[in-house]
Amino acid sequence: MPGRVITITSGKGGVGKTTTTANLAVCLALLGQRVVAIDADIGLRNLDVVLGLENRVVYDLVDVVEGRCRLRQALIRDKRLSEMYLLPAAQTRDKTAVNPGQMVEICHQLRPDFDYILIDSPAGIEQGFQNAVAGADEVIIVTTPEVSAVRDADRIIGLVEAGEKGPARLIINRIKPDMVRRGDMLDVSDVLEILRIDLLGIIPEDEHIIVSTNKGTPVAHDIGVPAAQAFRNIARRLRGEEVPFMSLGGSDNLFGRLRRLIAPRSDTH
Amino acid sequence: MARQTDATDEQIAIKGTRDGVSVTIGQGPWPELMARLAGRLEATRDFFKGARVLMDVGARTVSAAELQQAAQLLAGHGMSLVSVISTNAETQEAGRQAGLGLVLPQPALADNQVKTLPFVEGILLRRTLRSGQVARHEGHVAIIGDVNAGAEIIAGGDVIVWGKVRGIVHAGAGGDENAVVCALYLAPTQLRIGPYIARAPEGRAMRPRGPEKAYIRDGAIVVEPWQAQG
Ligand SMILES: Nc1ncnc2c1ncn2[C@@H]1O[C@H](COP(=O)(O)OP(=O)(O)OP(=O)(O)O)[C@@H](O)[C@H]1O
Ligand SMILES: [Mg+2]
Repeated sequence: MPGRVITITSGKGGVGKTTTTANLAVCLALLGQRVVAIDADIGLRNLDVVLGLENRVVYDLVDVVEGRCRLRQALIRDKRLSEMYLLPAAQTRDKTAVNPGQMVEICHQLRPDFDYILIDSPAGIEQGFQNAVAGADEVIIVTTPEVSAVRDADRIIGLVEAGEKGPARLIINRIKPDMVRRGDMLDVSDVLEILRIDLLGIIPEDEHIIVSTNKGTPVAHDIGVPAAQAFRNIARRLRGEEVPFMSLGGSDNLFGRLRRLIAPRSDTH
Repeated sequence: MARQTDATDEQIAIKGTRDGVSVTIGQGPWPELMARLAGRLEATRDFFKGARVLMDVGARTVSAAELQQAAQLLAGHGMSLVSVISTNAETQEAGRQAGLGLVLPQPALADNQVKTLPFVEGILLRRTLRSGQVARHEGHVAIIGDVNAGAEIIAGGDVIVWGKVRGIVHAGAGGDENAVVCALYLAPTQLRIGPYIARAPEGRAMRPRGPEKAYIRDGAIVVEPWQAQG
């Protein structure tokens, strides 16, 4: 079966796209899948840093597109997981160095050899985003429970719907259980109520993420850490398994209700 | 909700119709009327872009040059003046000189006849309008879904939302002050009807208690529960 191309995007910057891409890649590889993660954030690459592969980068996405190397040569194998690869972004160029058609072609070439092709999108709605979603079969939207991030997520969902991809699914990142309990933060149902798309997962605010990012070892490797569990759950949901949502702060009652609260897919036209 | 603009403009009436946009010019000196028309077109924010215009000038005498001036003004907003409606023979001749089609005025409707709405058409959208999306239509707009913050509906007629309004809704965008906005949950960032604007109160907005209807009463936008027959 040819691989699925999944783009991770958000609209607003800094909400956790790169963190999510890196950790889902690790979790899917841990589940025995062949995975390649593509850093489409040209000019601001950092997926290589988060994965701890920065010092192995020789060729990048732009080198492939401009014919300086073959696609295979640019793929970097992970240090720990033999079935996981990274296609890094160029550091010294900008988003216009690649066009959507070239991204579609790269995805096409990778599909036969991988089960999952994960694309880390840059923030915004400009060409970088267009490149990142061009070859996608599915889109995952990452947001935090903040009004401005949700607004940008809404904008992106609208663009994705217009692009005739499958319905986008949502990850809500950086939920602070204390704040939710006190009622100081939008909770999961508030966000779903506005965005009305399927929920793929919720990730707690977790300082292990910052520590692991600095070390270049995605948190998903740390068994027992809540954020790691959250990413593993999401990977299993991507595989089609039914995994209950974690309880993060709200009463268990609330999270018990969540499955029903998940909004019906909004209509595309 | 407060009154913001002076709406009473009996001299210029702009309406969407099945055949295009009708612009009716009232009494007064031509240059002043054109200045007013310019102001009104500015306010419609290119809503009627691409529309064909029928201009009704009544019984006044209008020269070919004056008609051309009006055509240019409309063209500046992407509209094309295709016909002039007049009962005045000189104006009709001027219209011919200006290359415009002529439409003879309709006989007035007898009182017992049912008047047709200025908009005979409407559209139904079955989707959520998301941030950055704008729905424009010259007639009525009904939507099954939400109008999220950052999204906009601009309608020449009424707007009916079977869902939540958190974004911007403009009903009667061509100047129709009889237009209404109805929603199951009406909490817009901004609401416009004809030339009137109301905006959400600053700070934490009050949550609507049920379906509501907004319309113009005594020169201001008012909101009341939306009930059958409303
Ligand atoms: N759940 C979390 N708990 C704590 N820190 C987090 C969490 N998610 C992300 N972060 C931190 O937030 C920062 C931004 O995350 P990340 O780089 O993944 O965002 P991004 O969406 O890719 O940003 P950009 O738009 O700049 O590409 C990082 O320092 C990351 O470690
Ligand atoms: Mg990033």
